[in-house]
Amino acid sequence: MSLYVDIKKRCGDFTLQASFEADTDKEMFAILGASGCGKSLTLKCIAGIEKPDAGVIKLDDTVFFDSSKKINIPTRKRGIGYLFQDYALFPNMTVFQNIMCGANDKKITNEYIEKFFLEGKENLYPAQLSGGQKQRVALARMLSQSPRLVMFDEPFSALDNYLKSQLEREVMNVMEAFGKGGIFVSHDRNEVYRLTDRIAVMDNGGIVDIQSKHGLFDAPKTLAATLLTGCKNITRLERRGDGYYALDWRMTLSVNPQSGIPLAGLENGRAAAKDFKYAGVRANFLEIADEGKKDGENVAECEILRVIEDTFSIVVLFTNKKSKEKTGYSVMTYELSKEKWEQIKDKPLYLRIPKDKLILMRE
Amino acid sequence: MDYSPLWISIKVATIATVFTFFLGLLAARWVLSLGKIRFVIDGIFSLPMVLPPTVVGFFLLVIFGKNSAFGQLLMGMGLNVLFTWQGAVISAAVVSFPIMYRTSIGAFEQVDKNLLSAARTLGMSEARLFFKVLMPVSWPGVAAAAILSFARALGEFGATIMLAGNIPGKTQTMSVAIYTAMQSGNRELAYRWVAIIMTLSLVTIFLMNHWTGKLSKGRKGGSIY
Repeated sequence: MSLYVDIKKRCGDFTLQASFEADTDKEMFAILGASGCGKSLTLKCIAGIEKPDAGVIKLDDTVFFDSSKKINIPTRKRGIGYLFQDYALFPNMTVFQNIMCGANDKKITNEYIEKFFLEGKENLYPAQLSGGQKQRVALARMLSQSPRLVMFDEPFSALDNYLKSQLEREVMNVMEAFGKGGIFVSHDRNEVYRLTDRIAVMDNGGIVDIQSKHGLFDAPKTLAATLLTGCKNITRLERRGDGYYALDWRMTLSVNPQSGIPLAGLENGRAAAKDFKYAGVRANFLEIADEGKKDGENVAECEILRVIEDTFSIVVLFTNKKSKEKTGYSVMTYELSKEKWEQIKDKPLYLRIPKDKLILMRE
Repeated sequence: MDYSPLWISIKVATIATVFTFFLGLLAARWVLSLGKIRFVIDGIFSLPMVLPPTVVGFFLLVIFGKNSAFGQLLMGMGLNVLFTWQGAVISAAVVSFPIMYRTSIGAFEQVDKNLLSAARTLGMSEARLFFKVLMPVSWPGVAAAAILSFARALGEFGATIMLAGNIPGKTQTMSVAIYTAMQSGNRELAYRWVAIIMTLSLVTIFLMNHWTGKLSKGRKGGSIY
């Protein structure tokens, strides 16, 4: 099934402008964005809970919404399964009655109660269930109506880590059994990476990047997308001769147009490469350089500002010795294992930014 | 002591509450679905609550009186509400309507919007949604609204005396009876009615607290989540 969305909606100062296409039969499609970026609003528009100001929403040949033709199918006729963050189980109904609202048939309801391991819980009310059981009831209720499309609206964001990974696995299993994809909205890049195939990154109401998850995490195209995928080291770039100068990192950067760099940016040869405005590198991709090679390519002599011990790693905040600024993008992050840190912590630190790990961005 | 004012009051307040209960819920549901004109309609529906009851009584007299077209239409059908207990019901209903309406709208608005959205994504029609989800979930608030309206209807004085008058054994309610007793210098009778009304009101409030508390707890665990 192919979902086509191209909508615009204004809410005060905020403007949502989303357009994408997803093959929800095959892929789990994610919208990744910070809270308040408009990702949930997009889902609500698809489900018909909110009405866009203009645009088109289509599922295969069924037009859900078309402002130019004044079509707006009501939510109840769209056949969309929607999993809410708090599950939105009806508190006045038992587990059986809740699922019955989706299934509309006693036999199907019983089937789903069995499928979702809810036997013996049929007559309990939502308030008597654990978090995991609530999610199973919500999933059963949603899937028992045989939806044409399923959507997940930050289902795990209010949970603690332990429960979260359990419920995440359960959703994976269920969706595999269901044999279809869907739309998944979240602000958690790791969750999105684990659960989905293709990702649209949303920032301030607009989609700033859209590609396969591997493509996105290897080479995000915009600054917003790079930040949202968790890249901690960013610098502004200035073109100098054939290479670049990193304004915040205070160093000349040599870039490698052949490997690992966003080829999309280089499609018109070297001329296009001039457009890059930002560069970034992930904290765990930095490499330790020997003292003998401290004048080598892309090597910075580090002034350590702070060392933070994380659960399983060490996070070093530093600046280039040449930099006078000690705030903003000048501060870089290096993440390494605790063992490695033990070996090097007493020596002066030189770090190399590997050419092929550099993320280059045009906006 | 003639207890007829007690029975008249209870009869009038009960019947008036039945009317306000359904009309108030309908109005609340309707106003919630309105767009920009919501505030205008909301204001009109709430007006009897802020107007002095005598002003409400004045309007009711104008509407149901012999000189109005509506009053003449009723007369033609052989119906007369002026100085009858039905008139007292109308006064009590109009005055207590805003309490029912406003309290239920508040109760409806407190319902988690996601519940209603979820019901719609599951294919529920608006009518089914109202009876299966909205009403049951907001029932403690709606029940409180009904009890408050009953208490207001029971104590109604101003509009009632203007539309239904003060006919002992026919339209004289307890509030009116107190007024009459004081006017005629019968303090002892007035005290008795005051005591009866206070007892009734206290019982109503206790019932309400007990019942709504039980209702919200009775949902096996309490909160919506």
